[in-house]
Amino acid sequence: MLAFILRRIGQSAFVILAMAALVFLSVFAIGNPIDILLAPDADQIEREQAIVRLGLDKPMWEQFFVFLVNMLHGDLGRSFVHGSDAVHLILGRLPATLELAIVALFLAALVGVPLGVIAGMKSDTWVGRSIMTGSIVGFSLPNFWFGIMMILLFAVELQWLPSGGRGPTGTLFGLEFSLLNPAGWPNLIMPAMTLAIYKVSLVIRLACAGTREALLQDYVRFARAKGLSRTRIIGVHVLKNILIPIVTVLGLELGSMIAFAVVTETVFAWPGMGKLLIDSIARLDRPVIVAYLMIVVAMFAMINLIVDILYSVLDPRVRITETAG
Amino acid sequence: MATIAAAAAGLALAIPAQAQELRVGLSAEASALDPHYHNLTPNIQLATQVFERLTDQDANQAPQPMLAESWKALDDKTWEFKLRNGVKFTDGSDFTAQDVIYSFCRVPKVENSPSSFVVATRPVDTMTAPDPFTIRMTTASAYPLMPQTVFSVAIMSAKQAGAPADLKFNKDGCEGVAAWPKTDDFNKLKFAGTGPYKYTQYLPGDRVVMERNDSYWGKKPAWQKVTMRPITQSAARVAALLAGDVDFIENPPIQDLPRIKGNANLDLVQGLSNRVIYLHFNYLDDAPPGVSDSGGKNPFRDKRVREAISLSIDRDAIVSRIMGGVAVAAAEFLPNPLAGTNPGIQPQKPDVDKAKKLLAEAGYPNGFGLTIGTPNDRYINDAQVTQAAAQMMARAGFKVQVDAMTQTTFFAKRTKREFGIWLAGWSADTGEMSNSLRALAGTPDAKTGFGTTNPGGYSNKAMDELLTKALTTVDDTQRNAMLAQASRMTMDDFAVIPLHFEVTVWAFKKGLTYEAQVNQYTRADAIGRK
Repeated sequence: MLAFILRRIGQSAFVILAMAALVFLSVFAIGNPIDILLAPDADQIEREQAIVRLGLDKPMWEQFFVFLVNMLHGDLGRSFVHGSDAVHLILGRLPATLELAIVALFLAALVGVPLGVIAGMKSDTWVGRSIMTGSIVGFSLPNFWFGIMMILLFAVELQWLPSGGRGPTGTLFGLEFSLLNPAGWPNLIMPAMTLAIYKVSLVIRLACAGTREALLQDYVRFARAKGLSRTRIIGVHVLKNILIPIVTVLGLELGSMIAFAVVTETVFAWPGMGKLLIDSIARLDRPVIVAYLMIVVAMFAMINLIVDILYSVLDPRVRITETAG
Repeated sequence: MATIAAAAAGLALAIPAQAQELRVGLSAEASALDPHYHNLTPNIQLATQVFERLTDQDANQAPQPMLAESWKALDDKTWEFKLRNGVKFTDGSDFTAQDVIYSFCRVPKVENSPSSFVVATRPVDTMTAPDPFTIRMTTASAYPLMPQTVFSVAIMSAKQAGAPADLKFNKDGCEGVAAWPKTDDFNKLKFAGTGPYKYTQYLPGDRVVMERNDSYWGKKPAWQKVTMRPITQSAARVAALLAGDVDFIENPPIQDLPRIKGNANLDLVQGLSNRVIYLHFNYLDDAPPGVSDSGGKNPFRDKRVREAISLSIDRDAIVSRIMGGVAVAAAEFLPNPLAGTNPGIQPQKPDVDKAKKLLAEAGYPNGFGLTIGTPNDRYINDAQVTQAAAQMMARAGFKVQVDAMTQTTFFAKRTKREFGIWLAGWSADTGEMSNSLRALAGTPDAKTGFGTTNPGGYSNKAMDELLTKALTTVDDTQRNAMLAQASRMTMDDFAVIPLHFEVTVWAFKKGLTYEAQVNQYTRADAIGRK
């Protein structure tokens, strides 16, 4: 078990390093931030000084080297635009994104798994078919369109929910969370639903396929023959078996929801990390873009590691093949 | 009698019950609350409401008294500002000349500033305070635009920042100051200004909350509390207004204007801006990028070609079809009545036949191929405007292609001169002609500071000389006449081809008012109640 975990950690470290090179070099290809940062009527002297101030006068390899050395010291640079520490800036926006992603994840699991299991059990009835058709709609709707339609319906026409922004927050460990303040919940509903809709469809499909497959397995027949109740067969035996792929996918999707809630956060003016990323790209704030992607890479590496470990807990065969191989 | 008194009392009670809170949706977020940190519109428009300056800009960008009650040029190189008495910062300290000196000194000392305000402080050679309410500045050469320039320098409290009492101005920062305030400390709301509002909450990416400064020296603003929220996505901004989540937004997209006008609960105000959209040329390269079939020459160096391009474009059609009427055809860099403009000048009328004739005379009877570079997310409908201009130019015989791209790529390419002809926009921060002429038409030269946004290298020595002379002429009337003449020279040479001025739109709930600002600023203190 320990060897397995150690090997996985080593792989993750390699991925992070390779990504550092890739991310840093590709950000240089986007354009020169000085033209965006400077006031249009800045003169040539001010331009030269700003280039030196931001360290843009140094050759690329030198900038990369400095970046690598700083990264190993845990410093991912200073925002060109805001002048403050990039990691600090990103982590300051983390709670907003985190709570959005977690609410969306719960929505996806709580809505998606039961619907998927029902659709799998009753795949030939109209109930099953309409659930599956509905999931196709969920797949194919563009995120921003769904968000804007919800705003039009619930905020503009019905005026039930606020159209965007983050509501009042409560404080935990010095961080602000809307989840802790009921007055902030209405602001959370629409963005979380927008973020969840695709995941719900995904989970429905996975759960449905898994259920259909599991129902044909010998152990289900055996359980039936043994006279176990239907609820127990579905709720314990089938569910446990179909959960592995769902946990994997949701784990990865949680990562992508945290990392790339960009569209949802922009549509709802939600002050999370995705909003920061898109603003930073628009202003070519290189240190923030690079730091963001590095944090995301590290996060994905972590999530994969955890999922792998979870696997081996859920299914001992994974661990055994890894040790044997 | 009693009933009347009761009714009057009822009325008096009813007034405070009116909404005292204003919620504003902005299209861009300020990068910090430090007023000396970033020389860019979103930061300046926010800071002006909290940190005042010596002079203000009125709706037409002419300098107005603010912390300075009056000013005059003692001689060509000396300016004297008489400061307002009895002004207090929101921390209770008094405003004096020390604060002005301290603020000018701090500007070059801001760490990590992405775009510094030193352009405004650099001309000042010495600064003294003969008495606590007088500031005298000297400059190396005559500097007539000082009243406009000092608008860029926000005044903070020297006392609150812990400055020594015997503060002395020095061009590179004051003597005897141990540590300068940090930008992060401004973000933590540690510093006070003298403005109509003070910051009470700052959640980056989410909101800035301001409260009325009840001891403000000037006109009391209409709102007790103002929340400014960045809603960068324009459809979401309009939705927030329609949903009643905000009371006031800036820059609603043109396609949503009919919907806002048709809504009985909403109102809007339009105002001509100082931003001109123009076509600019690459004069420097012998074979400019994107040009083909020109016989190995740079066709843009020929004035007849430039005039033909100008003649082929129907500006009124662009304004009415592409801009939905929310723009004004331009004849020079700034609209009338801003300083240094030519009162009688008319936008070019399209004349395709004449354009064809000029092209033939220039040696291109069959036209030539060219590619227009344009941003597609910087100015209002920018890429569509370029498309329309390209089609109009095609009628005169040009073989035109459009290369549209996101602004970050566009501006980097423009600086590297990767276009032969391009569309861009310019707003004159000082609200007068010398700013535009210097940047767009002056010969690029680090010594004079001319041509900072003239990467194509247009050069007209006679215009440069006239502009240099104007820039050292202290008399306003004389200077503006010279600037108008320099502008006329530039336009007559078709050095740059102005297309239109953008019109800025603000939309809000019925019952509010807004005085449109030519500098496109959104300021809560200019939002009133009917």
